[in-house]
Amino acid sequence: MLQIQKPKLILDNGLRLDGRRPDELRPMKMEVGVLKNADGSAIVEVGNTKILAAVYGPREMHPRHLALPNRAVLRVRYHMTPFSTDERKNPAPSRREIELSKVIREALEAQILVEQFPRTSIDVFMEVLQADAGTRLASLMAASLAVVDAGIPVRDLIAAVAVGKADGVVVLDLNEPEDMWGEADMPVAMMPSIGQINLLQLNGNMTPEEFRQGMELAMKGINIIYNLEKETLKNKYAELKEE
Amino acid sequence: MDSNQNSNNKIYFKSRSIVVPGDLIAEGNFQIPWSPYIYKLGNKYYSTVIGIVDPKDSTFEIIPLEGSHYYPRVGDTVIGLIEDVELYGWIVDIKAPYSAYLPALSLLGRPVNIGEDLRKYLDIGDYVIARVESFDRTINPVLTVKGKGLGRLNNGKIIDIMPVKVPRVIGKNKSMYELLTSETGCEMIVAQNGRIWANCPSKDMEEVLFLSIKTIERESHIKGLTDRIKELIERKKGELNVTNSKA
Repeated sequence: MLQIQKPKLILDNGLRLDGRRPDELRPMKMEVGVLKNADGSAIVEVGNTKILAAVYGPREMHPRHLALPNRAVLRVRYHMTPFSTDERKNPAPSRREIELSKVIREALEAQILVEQFPRTSIDVFMEVLQADAGTRLASLMAASLAVVDAGIPVRDLIAAVAVGKADGVVVLDLNEPEDMWGEADMPVAMMPSIGQINLLQLNGNMTPEEFRQGMELAMKGINIIYNLEKETLKNKYAELKEE
Repeated sequence: MDSNQNSNNKIYFKSRSIVVPGDLIAEGNFQIPWSPYIYKLGNKYYSTVIGIVDPKDSTFEIIPLEGSHYYPRVGDTVIGLIEDVELYGWIVDIKAPYSAYLPALSLLGRPVNIGEDLRKYLDIGDYVIARVESFDRTINPVLTVKGKGLGRLNNGKIIDIMPVKVPRVIGKNKSMYELLTSETGCEMIVAQNGRIWANCPSKDMEEVLFLSIKTIERESHIKGLTDRIKELIERKKGELNVTNSKA
């Protein structure tokens, strides 16, 4: 089998493969209310990653016996479309997709005020239209925006970004080659206003000093993304105002 | 003590500005009734929804802009859609996360005879105007049709809007409601769960009314809405007159 050689991730001029500085984010685009039939929806693009999310609810739980007496049940589906990757992906849910659904559900549970809707369910669907590193975080952000678009009370918006290590340099917002060949990958999701972390994973090796440096970098990125999210939500109404 | 408390209270948003979740609205110690739209952490108040800030004297309120589900409150008038017929009552959809129950006793005024078919009185697909009699977090809402103006809806049309926009369709001191009914000549009942019943003198007027209601739903956050709706209705009525005279 042909072995693909690891490319040089940090070029001689200190820039990364896609021409970004180590502390630079990928270009981002967000929009809410893109689907008519869902209660809430959002589309998030981070570089080449593209995610569509839809939210239904709070609505009556079926089957009834799964409802919880003290809070709403969150049902979350993260799914990659067959055409989202280089090679066709089997549409059946894979082990990885089931795990990511759980990880995202737990992050969302910390955001949504689930205690306000006992005995109901909130259904969240995320479809990865195009995958290029960072799909779990882009999905989480899309889901969080869609939940807000549905009018479900939440503690704060979730902003998320991954940091990692590529050729020994701590970098912000990994892209596909850095994800594949880098030494570490650490997704961080936060609710910045109330200063809580929703999701923190670490894959690979980082020294305590690199971890600290990475967290600082992530916070910096998260603040930029958070403001973009707020702007996106307000824009939905600003456009109407101008008419 | 009181004045000291108030001097530390700060509201960071101007009246009628749009807030999104996570926006710090106020800091201090406010006497506000519990609201699902405000999240309090320490002495900081955050918004939990997209909404409009409405400061009132020494407190504030958030009016949500999104929300396609109705959260039942005892005493509200709702328009329900019959979903299912049971032995002693009906299951009613009131656009809430919980389906409501309407006991036949309340409609018939007497207990149900054994073997009596309740479909005679209300069948699946019928609309009923009712009041929420009891509801809390542990039980599904129970409706009643005892009272003036309540019961089955036999004529007219139903239009669905977001329940959070109902106050806007009624307006301050019913201003919007009165504008809509007087300008179009339609009878209208606005229920708290975001369903509106209308009975219009003509098909054209019905269209004008529904267009106005949809416009209100979409542009509920914009100032001077009543005047703009008035203009809209007059323009549409003018267009109708032109086409009528041509024909």
